[in-house]
Formats: sequence, C-alpha cells, structure tokens
Amino acid sequence: MTVRDAPTAALGAGPGFVVELDAFNGPLDLLLHLLREEQLEIADIPIARIADQFLQAIHELGLNQAADYLDMASRLVRLKAQMLLPRRTEEDGWEDPRAELVRRLLEYQQIREIAVWLGRAAERRAERYPRSYLPPAPALPPPPLTLDILELLQAVERVVSAIPSPVLHRVVARPLDVESATRRIEQLLEEREQIGWLEALGPRPTIVDLLSTLLALLELAKRGTLRLVQPAAFAPMVIARDPARPAA
Amino acid sequence: MTPLAQLLEAALFSASRPLTVEELGTLDQDATLADVRMALEQVREHYDFEQHGVELLELAGGYQILTRPIHAAAIERAHFSVRMPKLTAAALETLAVIAYRQPVGRAEIEEIRGVSAGGVLRSLQERGLIEVVGRGEALGRPLLYGTAAMFLELLGLRDLADLPRAEELTIALQPHRATTEGDDDAAAYVEAES
Repeated sequence: MTVRDAPTAALGAGPGFVVELDAFNGPLDLLLHLLREEQLEIADIPIARIADQFLQAIHELGLNQAADYLDMASRLVRLKAQMLLPRRTEEDGWEDPRAELVRRLLEYQQIREIAVWLGRAAERRAERYPRSYLPPAPALPPPPLTLDILELLQAVERVVSAIPSPVLHRVVARPLDVESATRRIEQLLEEREQIGWLEALGPRPTIVDLLSTLLALLELAKRGTLRLVQPAAFAPMVIARDPARPAA
Repeated sequence: MTPLAQLLEAALFSASRPLTVEELGTLDQDATLADVRMALEQVREHYDFEQHGVELLELAGGYQILTRPIHAAAIERAHFSVRMPKLTAAALETLAVIAYRQPVGRAEIEEIRGVSAGGVLRSLQERGLIEVVGRGEALGRPLLYGTAAMFLELLGLRDLADLPRAEELTIALQPHRATTEGDDDAAAYVEAES
C-alpha cells in the first residue's frame, strides 16, 4: 500500500505540517504504525511510551480533532494510568489491562492482511475486461447562441406576453367593532342571568361580528364583568353574569 | 467445437455477467448439466490451445469470457473499456470484516476497524458489493450485512471458499468470536503471540 509510506515522513516533519486524515485508516492503523516504527511487540506494549507517542502523533498530524483518534487517545491514557497502579504480588489475581487492546490490534492486523489479499484479487480481476455494454454517449450540448439585441428583446416580449396577468386580491381593512359588541352583551346580561354564545353574536353575524363578539367576551371576562362557563367538553359556551358583581 | 460448445460460447459472449451452469443449461433442453460442463471445458481448452486473446474463467459461481491480462494495458490506453475503479483501503478493510464475519452489524465492523463505517457501508451497498441480509437480535435490531453477488465478481473469486482461510494467514485468529469479549479470549491471544 503506497499510503503507508507517506505518514513516516510526515511524522518527522514536526508540528505545523498538515497531513490528510486519510493517511491512516483510523487509530488502530496509526497505533500499528507506531509499534512497527519502534519495532515493538504487540503482545508486550510499553503503554506509557506508546500513549505519549500516540498523543504526539495525532497532534502533529492534526488528527486531534477526529473523534475516533480521541477515543483511542483516552483509552491509552487510561491504560497508562492503570499500568501505574500498584499490583498485588501474586500474579494470578492480576489481569493485564492491555489484553483488550492487544486483542483488538491483532484482530485489526488480521483484517488488514485480508484487505491486502482482497485488494490484490481485485487488481488481478481488473486486468481482465468483460464484454461491456457502453451506453451511447449523451448528445452534445447545442452550440453557443448567436443572436443580436433585437432578437433577444423579441424573445423577451414573447415570453412576457405569454405570462398570464396575476390575479390580485384587494385586501380591505375591516375594523372590528368591539365596542358595540360589548354594549350588546352587557345589555343582554342586564336582562338575563346568563346567555348563550349564539345569542351574544346577534342576528345574522358576519365574520367581523363573530371576531368582535369574541374579543368583547374575552375582554369582559378579563374585567370580571362576566364568566365564561363550558358545562361539558365540547358543549356550547355559557356566558353568565359574574355573581360577585351583579349588574345593577 | 461441438454444437453445444458453440452455443455456450455465443451465450457467454453475449452476456455481460458470469452465467451459471444452470443458466447455460436452459439453452439446450437435451443437454444435461454434465454436458454443459464438458462443453464449457471444451471452450476453455479451445481458447487456451489456440491462444485466443480472451479466456473462459470461472467466477462468482458462473462462467465468463474475459480478456487476457496481457492485453489490459493496450485496451486501457485506447479507452476501449473502462478499468474498474480501485477500492479504497477503508472499503477493502470493511469488505474483509464482512466477508469473514457475515452476517455482521455496523457496530462490530466499527469496533474491529476502530473508525466509523457509515459512509463506507453506504458506498459498498451502492456498488452492489454488500447487502443487508437481516437484522440482529441486539438493541435496536441493527442491520446485518453480508457480501453480495458483485463481491465475488469484482474480486474474480469462484465462491467465498476461495478466500484465504484463517489458518493460512500469518496472524491466525478464530474467524468468528462471540460478541461478548471475555478477558479469557484476550489472554489466550496474548499467549499465542508471545
């Protein structure tokens, strides 16, 4: 793999040298690279040393932003701490905290070996061409337009005249008449203890009457002049005189 | 060549994908599968003996006529055919995991490779190299992936048994392990390595 050669030079180039993230196929790849550089055994990794080198490497390679590398970095730092903890003297009870990392590295190394094998197989296969159906080439784009300003204006005229004139709605402001609605409701409540919503609307209400009445009702209820009661869910609203302040 | 061999040659020439012995058998009602195999052998020998520029190869569970590698460079230079795009290292690693662990979920692939695999899985799926073969029992019923027909075709393999076996690799691990990673396993690997 040719990509493997690039990072070696990059690592030596010192800080400030930006290398593409693609140089390594992830943190395990970088870790294997470091181990190989130092000619270290996977089974007996000097964690403290390799953790420092890993942190330095991702810093120099500008990989310290990548989540996958940060995850590995934190694992290594934790392992380093674990290795520093005092062990019990009897070896049986001690589990090597590196075991999981070693297993992952070996596993990844095996996958890499298979990947190389697959790559070679694909390479061999690519040397042989099958009968292929090539779809006909797409039609070439038309040659660039040559026209003068008059033709252009005529074309614009044709397009513009084809556009239907837009349908415009005139919006007229219809002021809500909350005052007369208020008067109407107050008048009705003087006559009776409670009235229905439809009665409050008055005869043949328009949408403006409806909105005016609604606002008047809410305003009166806020002032405490009346109470809005709904006897049951979805039942018609009952408008009642406020008992605390009976109308005069 | 026998008439059957000629018929098979014509069919293989017309097809742009490997044809199985069963598919080729439908060409001639009277021919048994054994006849087809014999005739295929005849076509192959003919190409080899007469030193044709093409050869008959067994791949992806079928047979296909392919040009010989010696002519690849010239064909490529002339732009008569397009060379298959190279697979990236990430794609190859992902394929390696899937080929050996299938059916396998995204989480396990990411665990083994130590990087996220979403983009690679999507592009491999788009190229028809892998496919969803089921759903796992784990939380969220994750999609499980397996190799698809194009995998064998692209790598020129007859079937999955053509892949190197675990014991042929320099680092021999069990090809499959339980999803729960016991420390016993890890310890065993360490022992084996040292």
